[in-house]
Amino acid sequence: MKYILLMSSTKTGVSGYHQWSQSDRDAHMQTLGGIAKELVDSGEFVATQGLTEPKEAKMVRGEKNGVPVTDGIFPESKEFLLGYWIVDVATPERAFAIAGRISAAPGPGGIPTNMPIEVRQFAERPAATN
Amino acid sequence: MSGPAAELPIEHLLRELAPQVLGAIARRFRDFSSAEDAVQEALLAAFRQWPKEGIPENRRGWLIRVASRRMTDMMRSEIARRERESAATPEEEPAIEPVEEIEADMDPEDTLILLFMCCHPALSPSSAIALTLRAVGGLTTVEIANAFLVPEATMAQRISRAKQSIRTSGVPFRAPNPQERGERLPAVLHVLYLIFSEGYASSIGAQLQRLDLAREAIRLTRGARALLPEDTEVAGLLALMLLTDARRRARTGLEGELIPLDKQDRSLWDRDEIAEGTALLTLALSKGTVGLYQLQAAIAAVHDEAVQAADTDWPQILALYELLQRVAPSPMVTLNHSIAAAMVHGPARGLERLRLLDGDERMRGHYRLDAVRGHFFEMMGDFRKAVQHYRMAAARTTSLPEKNYLLTQAARLEETASEPNS
Amino acid sequence: MKYILMMNGKKSDFEGYARWSKEDLQANVAFMRSFSKELKDSGVFVASEGLGWPNEAKLVRAGSKGEPITDGVFPESKEFLAGYWIVDVESPEQAYAIAARLSQAPGPEEKTENMPVEVRQVLSSHSDLGL
Repeated sequence: MKYILLMSSTKTGVSGYHQWSQSDRDAHMQTLGGIAKELVDSGEFVATQGLTEPKEAKMVRGEKNGVPVTDGIFPESKEFLLGYWIVDVATPERAFAIAGRISAAPGPGGIPTNMPIEVRQFAERPAATN
Repeated sequence: MSGPAAELPIEHLLRELAPQVLGAIARRFRDFSSAEDAVQEALLAAFRQWPKEGIPENRRGWLIRVASRRMTDMMRSEIARRERESAATPEEEPAIEPVEEIEADMDPEDTLILLFMCCHPALSPSSAIALTLRAVGGLTTVEIANAFLVPEATMAQRISRAKQSIRTSGVPFRAPNPQERGERLPAVLHVLYLIFSEGYASSIGAQLQRLDLAREAIRLTRGARALLPEDTEVAGLLALMLLTDARRRARTGLEGELIPLDKQDRSLWDRDEIAEGTALLTLALSKGTVGLYQLQAAIAAVHDEAVQAADTDWPQILALYELLQRVAPSPMVTLNHSIAAAMVHGPARGLERLRLLDGDERMRGHYRLDAVRGHFFEMMGDFRKAVQHYRMAAARTTSLPEKNYLLTQAARLEETASEPNS
Repeated sequence: MKYILMMNGKKSDFEGYARWSKEDLQANVAFMRSFSKELKDSGVFVASEGLGWPNEAKLVRAGSKGEPITDGVFPESKEFLAGYWIVDVESPEQAYAIAARLSQAPGPEEKTENMPVEVRQVLSSHSDLGL
């Protein structure tokens, strides 16, 4: 069963990350790297992607005279996607456990970030009957 | 079964042979696009069969035979389709060409023809890159797709459309005349340079089974140099690649982090590549012309000859950037020029030069502008502003290793600035 | 350059979508299919997923012993990711043009505005996650 694990943050949250010390950031990346390697080894890893910062986000709504209508204005409270993991696991509990580990990755001062991670199952594609 | 060349892995053998076979088939059948498909299939067949049955003595002949059979099959089924649809008089069946005849027609210039065709200015950069790697480089679609992290089907489509563009534009399969060569060589060099840059940029961090694109670019450029031995910009490009590639083992740290030039362990630099690159450059420059790749290579050579970062001949680098500004101005050149200016005349001068870019649309929001500014403020001891700019650059960069590097710099500076005796 | 194009919706948007007429739904699905196909044919398609109705969405955070604590309670105003496309293009303008087409996907007659599509560049995966 495929699940997507979504990590989001407001703009304020992101600039908070900028203030982390080098050792805190290294510890965080090391934990995530370890989780990734485990998932690759267990065959549960499908993909992961990081997105560039919300600063650069654009909203596109249709076009006017053949030119896309874009703007970069978002409410302060908007939660931006920072990145995601896609895993292929046997049970929902396994997906939640993986999300829990990512959430427990250390942040400033080595304290777990406890970042909330949204877990969504992919719509099942109907099996071919022919 | 086979001679010393059997020691080489099969894919290396195949990559060398691929453009030769493609040239022969494209010329004989006068259909570059279908020939390219047929040759790909022959390569894949060789890849499957040679490990089991042994490498044939006449490898090229084998590939030509398989590819031309495929071409004739494709032509036959096309004829059959047309006959079914129109009930016209039966067309003549295409004859099976003897391999020896096809080989007799071969021209050492074929690879050059292919290179010019695949790097045609009408193609977008990513199309030209994909097609060049396949048709001239002999790489498989899967290898190229993996190198660029796109699905195989997408890369196959990209290559197919590139060939379609070539077909529609009617580019003939013949050697470019001297004038065409002069006009179109820059596009060829640009594509090779892009392949190298992509390969070198992705050499940061842990290595996967990814194809070494930087090495591929060097191999292709060596090929170009063999075909155009008198051309100084081809030599300059090859020199630039070698002088840059020489540093690759030093640019990644143990955790896969980025290490900038001035902090690299220079004992890890490849001295042979540096020697080769420098010799090539000296030869090219002795011919009197000065082009953009030769200048960039010269700058790389000055960096590479410094035993330690502190020994770097910055005044020479500054002079070279001044020349580069005249030969091939660009915002990136201005940026790098400002760094050299700062190293020679102090960071205030560097900042002055950077202001030239403030109005430049092309640089607006570009992370390097903030990164370099941050560096100058750090040099001046204005840590608060340096940290600010490093963080702005980190927010803007699209590269994860660069982002981490910039945030680390900012964190380090902040810790230094808050120390009691700083 | 790789870009992600995202479509988000609040719970009320998903509920509204579920009430579209059969014809409107079919038109929308057909549009999305042909949109993906166009991206594949032009050699820019990297990935896409439809995430659909988030009624089973869970929020997970680590408990004090690192155990996962899940709950499924979200504010009414929360925007859920409904689907995304990742494309590999030569310029941001190309990404916006593709997003503009996506945002003009057909909906019911009452729909007066184009759907907003969020566009972000993807971080290059020369990463240090050791993958």
